[in-house]
Amino acid sequence: MLLAARRLDVPMIVGSASDTGTDAAVDRFIGLIRGIAKRHSLPPFKLTAIYSELSVEAVRKYLAGGRVLEGLDGRDRATDEDLAATDRIVAVMGAEPIAAALADGAQVVICGRASDPSIFAAPLLNAGHTPANAFFAGKALECASFCAEPFMGKETVLGVISDAGVDVSAMNSKQRCTPTSVAAHTMYERVNPFREYVPGGYVDLTACQYEQIDPITTRVTGQRFVRDDVYRTKLEGSGKVAERRLFIAGIRDPYIINLIDQVIDLAKERLRKRFGPIGEGYDVHYHLYGRNAVMGDLDPSPAQAPHELGVVVDVMCTDAELAEQICHIAAKALFMTRLPEIKGTAGTAAIFLDEVLTAQPVYRWTLNHVMEVDDPHELFRTVAHTIAS
Amino acid sequence: MTRLVELASTIRSKNAGVDHITFDILFRDRANFERVRESGALTRDAIACLYRIPESRITDFVVFEPANAIKFTIRRTSSNGAFGDADLFGAQQYPPLFDIEIV
Repeated sequence: MLLAARRLDVPMIVGSASDTGTDAAVDRFIGLIRGIAKRHSLPPFKLTAIYSELSVEAVRKYLAGGRVLEGLDGRDRATDEDLAATDRIVAVMGAEPIAAALADGAQVVICGRASDPSIFAAPLLNAGHTPANAFFAGKALECASFCAEPFMGKETVLGVISDAGVDVSAMNSKQRCTPTSVAAHTMYERVNPFREYVPGGYVDLTACQYEQIDPITTRVTGQRFVRDDVYRTKLEGSGKVAERRLFIAGIRDPYIINLIDQVIDLAKERLRKRFGPIGEGYDVHYHLYGRNAVMGDLDPSPAQAPHELGVVVDVMCTDAELAEQICHIAAKALFMTRLPEIKGTAGTAAIFLDEVLTAQPVYRWTLNHVMEVDDPHELFRTVAHTIAS
Repeated sequence: MTRLVELASTIRSKNAGVDHITFDILFRDRANFERVRESGALTRDAIACLYRIPESRITDFVVFEPANAIKFTIRRTSSNGAFGDADLFGAQQYPPLFDIEIV
């Protein structure tokens, strides 16, 4: 991408570096760009980094000042406890900081956390297009050929924006953008297909018209941008919960499979005796692949008698050594189950790796909230570099 | 009696934010879309029964004509990636929809 962008002298924009958009991720991406530039002896170019991480302390001060963070998706307002449980926060940038970087001559923009449509909307807004067309184009193009049919993964698509509307074309010879394929993408990963929320407002799609204008192209008109009266920036926060350990086992004996709930109850009883109530300082979850590991309680028809059962013992505990011990015991209890109905007395699970596995720590989402800001730029820090090989 | 899987071109589930999973059912043509819509087999109530959840967990139920689609969204009991969550992206929660019978 970088080589093509520099050869054609068009800006390259990367949104949400490394998905999370933390400062470290932005710096890592800058390092990658430097390395590629050097390897290919690219002529000097201007790279602008836009950082989006916020310190927990800054947000705590914001709350202490009597202001509130409203929750999204049915969450309550953020509390001091939510912040106490938070390790990292990123603000989700809109098009404004990206547009400013481009207007300032950036040839490569590496963004911290950015809303997907905004990275497409930024150059379009700079070119004078309406927010309705700019953000609709961003939404249509964000997942490449997901707006085309047949489904093929992420092939190239082309968006052409004019006063006539937004024209979306499939570039792969086996695909087409049709009114239904483009409309279908507007509801992808969204609760509501009629409103595409972006920082600063939303695109109202209620009156959109989708028209096939050539075999591979659909034109979309009728989108409307509704600006928020107050600019709100979304904050995403996460916090470390505990250390995590895993163990994998398989069961083939149909009697054991039939009695698996009892086997797990016995295992949990051992854990309680030794480590205290489950849920207090540690937790354990037995993922039962072959029965209902994937859907859990949502599964209307868990398999009653699978041929084999794959068990992943999932343990978390704030203390790493204890997590290791708990996982070991939680897993070995599967191997040494003693129930009268069970005939296999030399081992009640197959183990291909007799080892507790260390996983990355467990995190959880602590913030999914919005902060009111006076200026769309205020939570973001822009740093310009010249990259010279 | 026909099953939904025979009439739909796409049946999928995916996170919509960190607290919801949204389900999309797309039909290749208008006739199949209208047949299912008119059948009354896909309603909030039917979804709640199928997944054995209270109707209050279904936050949205939308008939989206431009895409010949019906979509609904359920609230997660804990956000994605929380300890015990086995489907971080909510990507494998749709198969029970296949067998809904359409008159």
